[in-house]
Amino acid sequence: MIGLTHYLFLSSLLAALGVIAIAGRRNAVAILMGIELLLNAASINFVAFSHFVVPARPELALDGQLFAIFIIVLAAAEAAVALAIIISIYHNLKSINADELVQMKH
Amino acid sequence: MDARAAAFILFSILTIVPAFFVVFSKNLVHSAFSLLFTLGGTAALFVLLGADFLAITQLLVYVGGILILLLFGVMFTQRIYDMRAQTNFYNLPTAVLVGVTTFFLLFFGVALSVPWKAAPHPAHEPTSAALGELLLTRYLLPFEVISILLLTVLIGAVVVAKKEQPE
Repeated sequence: MIGLTHYLFLSSLLAALGVIAIAGRRNAVAILMGIELLLNAASINFVAFSHFVVPARPELALDGQLFAIFIIVLAAAEAAVALAIIISIYHNLKSINADELVQMKH
Repeated sequence: MDARAAAFILFSILTIVPAFFVVFSKNLVHSAFSLLFTLGGTAALFVLLGADFLAITQLLVYVGGILILLLFGVMFTQRIYDMRAQTNFYNLPTAVLVGVTTFFLLFFGVALSVPWKAAPHPAHEPTSAALGELLLTRYLLPFEVISILLLTVLIGAVVVAKKEQPE
């Protein structure tokens, strides 16, 4: 029987992979992919809790799914702005490796 | 093993295995295409969890929008013709250590140690109508705020990404 724990295991694994990408990758776009993995893990958590856990009041039953929708919207906004910044950095420095971007002004 | 468990195992493998490729692949284009499978697997898991509207939204926004944006970013910023042999990790052992610690903290520290009041829902019902009603009643303010945020992001991304005019 598949329960809440299985989904939490899955999302913990996804979140850990996202953290590895954020902490270790050099390319800024790869770091962005790590952030997407983390956000995905968070929304799996929200939906799994909304499905498996009994809400305190019955009208709160769909709140988890609504939070996941907000996460998706915020992820889209964040990806757009981050890619704009990355492209702007690439114009200026011809490199988007995170360990080479050590200056704030150009 | 019933069909739901089999579907869960299939879709979670479809989600997790490409996620490893996303993180550890040398080629960023391969990473982006693996992310496609991870996001699609997540959408399938949403269906298993009874979130039909959310699954479609995930496919439309993530796979149709964010993934294309990421691929565009990869291709725009990578010089494909001079593939220099370079490490794609800055400090791999530390990163893996941090990731493994995160996993143990999240799973054993939180997920297994908190007594969740778990009770499986009996039936799957369509959620779109209820979600729309919530967005226009109790969550009206966040809904409006997030639409203003999207407008700001739209303008801000254009301003940041455009080439500066030479004076």
